[in-house]
Amino acid sequence: MSTPLLEAKDLFCERDERVLFEGLSFAIAPGEIVQVEGPNGSGKTTLLRLLSGLSCAWEGDLFWRGEPIASVRDDFFNSLLYFGHQAGIKAVLTPEENLRWYSALHPLTDPDGISDALYEVGLYGYEDVPCHSLSAGQNRRVSLARLYLSQAPLWILDEPFTAIDKRGVAKQEALIASHAERGGTVILTTHHELGIDERVRKITLGALAEEAASD
Amino acid sequence: MTKTEPQMSLSRVFWYTLRRDILLAYRRRNDLVSPLAFFVMVASLFPLGVSPDPAFLSEVAAGVVWVAALLSTLLSMDSLFRSDFDDGSLEQMLLTPQPLALLVVAKVLAHWLVSGFPLIVLAPLLGVMLFLPDAGFGPLVLTLLLGTPTLSLIGAIGAALTVGLRKGGVLITLLVLPLYIPVLIFGTGAVMAAANGLAIGGYLAILGAILALGLVLAPLAIAAALRISVSN
Repeated sequence: MSTPLLEAKDLFCERDERVLFEGLSFAIAPGEIVQVEGPNGSGKTTLLRLLSGLSCAWEGDLFWRGEPIASVRDDFFNSLLYFGHQAGIKAVLTPEENLRWYSALHPLTDPDGISDALYEVGLYGYEDVPCHSLSAGQNRRVSLARLYLSQAPLWILDEPFTAIDKRGVAKQEALIASHAERGGTVILTTHHELGIDERVRKITLGALAEEAASD
Repeated sequence: MTKTEPQMSLSRVFWYTLRRDILLAYRRRNDLVSPLAFFVMVASLFPLGVSPDPAFLSEVAAGVVWVAALLSTLLSMDSLFRSDFDDGSLEQMLLTPQPLALLVVAKVLAHWLVSGFPLIVLAPLLGVMLFLPDAGFGPLVLTLLLGTPTLSLIGAIGAALTVGLRKGGVLITLLVLPLYIPVLIFGTGAVMAAANGLAIGGYLAILGAILALGLVLAPLAIAAALRISVSN
């Protein structure tokens, strides 16, 4: 097997003197879908923030395409699409303006694809409406439109389906599956039952992991 | 997947961020009024509170305008990164392959254009109200032009450090105010010197030097402070 896309060795992280995980190691290959699961407060978001490079309060080693992540940070950020708890959408800007700024910052996005991306997430006709007059779910969809816009190989998605309706979720799942088929990698957390369960690898955090170990 | 020319894309990133922030400020223009109103109010209440005597006022005019501009800048600083932090845009900014210091300079420049620059336009008006000597107007505008960008850059370090805290406003003041003092001293010093018919080249040179130093070093400090604030 070739070098994994993202490899974690012996990760340790604590929060407020509570150990969230220690000795956590895994390797993620291109084309994989990885679901981080665990109960609330088990450190799912912390792990995703750590992997994306937002957090610096952790120990261990992270490798991107076999290189220590600190030395290839630009290449890593170039290849990353991060979808966090906050959607990163400016309420006073329109969906189109929001995405245009995002695509200016990310070389692997195509600014000409913005209206297509908004069409794909069901926001056709809302391009020029300020985001504060859109619903919570529509705001999340604006941010999800980045998935159509970006050609970044690695997606880190933290609860991408929150406030999205059933049809929207099914469509996102299909999108995630097709991204993986094209050789892309997805790391996500969600409390939804994934319809594409059979091809998803799971990393379990927190109490569940301890139960599994004691069985 | 074509890679754009790096040089091209850097200036593109800069202009896009600048334009976005000015657009944001324009859409929320009500927020811009309060620091400006504060500036005018401090300067206009001062004669009422102390003494309306023209001889006294012309003596203190430069100091009053400068202090009011400084406090008004400080007041507007807290909002610089706050909304980006709250809605997650800041996280997206940190996760780009673009140099964060460059994005930060664009943000600070936009902030200065919408909140610092109007102060400079208003300052001569307040000068008239406070009987500033004729020789002082040019230097007042010049020193503010050189000084307020420095205030914005230094204030942005404080704003970046405190953006993760719920009530950062007071802490910014404590962190940043001591660093504002040299700018204030040389700013008012130049206006006073000009009013007394002395040369002001030296004052302007020092203000310029502080600005140059700030422009080079502050963005790095702001970027590092933002990474710390977001990592918690």
